[in-house]
Amino acid sequence: MKEVYEVRMHARAGQGAKSGSQLLAEAAFKQGKWIQSFPEYGSERRGAPTVSYTRISDKQLRTHEPIVNPDVVLVFDLGIAKTVPVTKGLSEETGILIVNTNKSPEYIKKVTGFNGKVYTLDATGISLKLLGIDAPNVPMLGALIKVTDVVSLETLETVIKEHFLAKLGEEKVNKNIEGLKKAYEEVTK
Amino acid sequence: MSTLKPLTGAQAAAEAMRQINPDVVAAYPITPQTPIVEQFAQFVANGIVDTKTIPVESEHSAMSATVGASAAGARAMCATSSQGLALMWEVVAAVPGLRLPIVMPIVDRALSAPINIHCDHSDVMGTATIGWIQIFSENAQEVYENMLLAVKIAEDKDVLLPAMVMQDGFIISHGVENVEVFDDDKVKAFVGERNPDRYLLDVDHPYTIGPLALPDYYFEIKRQQEEAMKNAKRVYIEAGKELSKITGKTYPYFESYKLDDAEAAIVVLSSTAGTAKDTVDKMRAEGKKVGLLKPKLFRPFPYKEVREALKNIPVIGVLDRSIAFGAYAPLYAEIRNALFELDKRPKLQSYIFGLGGKDIFKSQIEKAFDELLSGDVTPEEERYIGLRG
Repeated sequence: MKEVYEVRMHARAGQGAKSGSQLLAEAAFKQGKWIQSFPEYGSERRGAPTVSYTRISDKQLRTHEPIVNPDVVLVFDLGIAKTVPVTKGLSEETGILIVNTNKSPEYIKKVTGFNGKVYTLDATGISLKLLGIDAPNVPMLGALIKVTDVVSLETLETVIKEHFLAKLGEEKVNKNIEGLKKAYEEVTK
Repeated sequence: MSTLKPLTGAQAAAEAMRQINPDVVAAYPITPQTPIVEQFAQFVANGIVDTKTIPVESEHSAMSATVGASAAGARAMCATSSQGLALMWEVVAAVPGLRLPIVMPIVDRALSAPINIHCDHSDVMGTATIGWIQIFSENAQEVYENMLLAVKIAEDKDVLLPAMVMQDGFIISHGVENVEVFDDDKVKAFVGERNPDRYLLDVDHPYTIGPLALPDYYFEIKRQQEEAMKNAKRVYIEAGKELSKITGKTYPYFESYKLDDAEAAIVVLSSTAGTAKDTVDKMRAEGKKVGLLKPKLFRPFPYKEVREALKNIPVIGVLDRSIAFGAYAPLYAEIRNALFELDKRPKLQSYIFGLGGKDIFKSQIEKAFDELLSGDVTPEEERYIGLRG
């Protein structure tokens, strides 16, 4: 892994990207890494485009600039790509784009103009089926760790349990874990 | 032993408050209040601290209630940000004269208008002349440690002044980072309990606080306040030495980063200093001799020590995250003042950046360093980083 691994998440307010960024960071934290997780706050309207960042490093993190050249970009809603340059700073040689969509990676390459590695996952579909709501954050993380190994599935599972058990109860937590694993299996290149 | 936790800057301040265990915390529980009090209220609700919280109807009342509690003899705290600090200003300005050691974490955010919720230092710079000790923090770790330090300095018998501990809004307050939290027992022993010589609830020894003092004594009381500020400068170092026994770190007035042989230096506060350190490393690797000075203690300002640290640097850029309209920017003015006593002064450049949360990037800091290295400076005219053309 690179010295500093950087992930940028584009979502709509309410889709849980901020929590997603934090869950990822906390999983890395558990694996002994230095972490930063920070959102870009706009006006807090449900549905407005949001950006969340996660940095993971073996060394202490000092910079506080937004992520300029992400290693991975997660897009929680393809519609955002119409107005936000979601692949900005993402290298076509080394960068990875993961999109929540039921369309194919070829289609995504066509609409975004990004010709690097593209993966797709119907994270909303998984979330709707298991939880009955559009909360694609946990499935998107499942796809991310399948594609990148940035943290282990087990650690992420533990963090999700710790985070949501008191708030959501056992049944919903288990459904989230199921969604995580389903995404881990289903993500397509 | 210490524990590593993933915390936001706001949570780091609350974590320090958990260990400080103040008797009273007063807050107005909606925006512009910070997540500091939100987190702390959970500690109170869960019985982890025995603090009495007072929900009040405005920030002005929050500081008024904090003053009342502190005058009564309690260790009283409050937290605020931006418009909240502006609204409580009247009472904030009275606290130093009342000699109440209130500690208040501040989440630095822009002031209206236009309406903005993001980071800059306009809020706190407006209070730089009224007699609070002011300590700026680069990251969540520093927020936590500076909070502990602030209590110790504020309550020192030679000081008895209020203290603000600053962190950058959103960038630090809402960003999660690794924070090393030191053992409760050791930290609690370090901060101790407030033990005032005089307090209103001590009915056997009645005294008056906040009396009328007209031209007969007002001036003399203010003179004593300035003496207390001078003492705060000494006590900052003493308290830091004591805290370092727990943390293993040092607490200088400012951090010098690769300054010794620097041909150009940047001076900048808070979270941007971290970004600037990475920039210094990148440029050093390319053979460019650049360095950084990050002030931590802003009030009282360590003029002499800053002068010593900067006297041999040929050219210095000072980056301010606020404007003092019609005057030199606040940090620039201090650095300029500090260097006045030198026979041969460094060249200086003022830069304004990041107002209303405008992002600052390493590439921009690098550009400023390159300007400084080229000697292209206009000391009487500020430059702007990241402003739309």
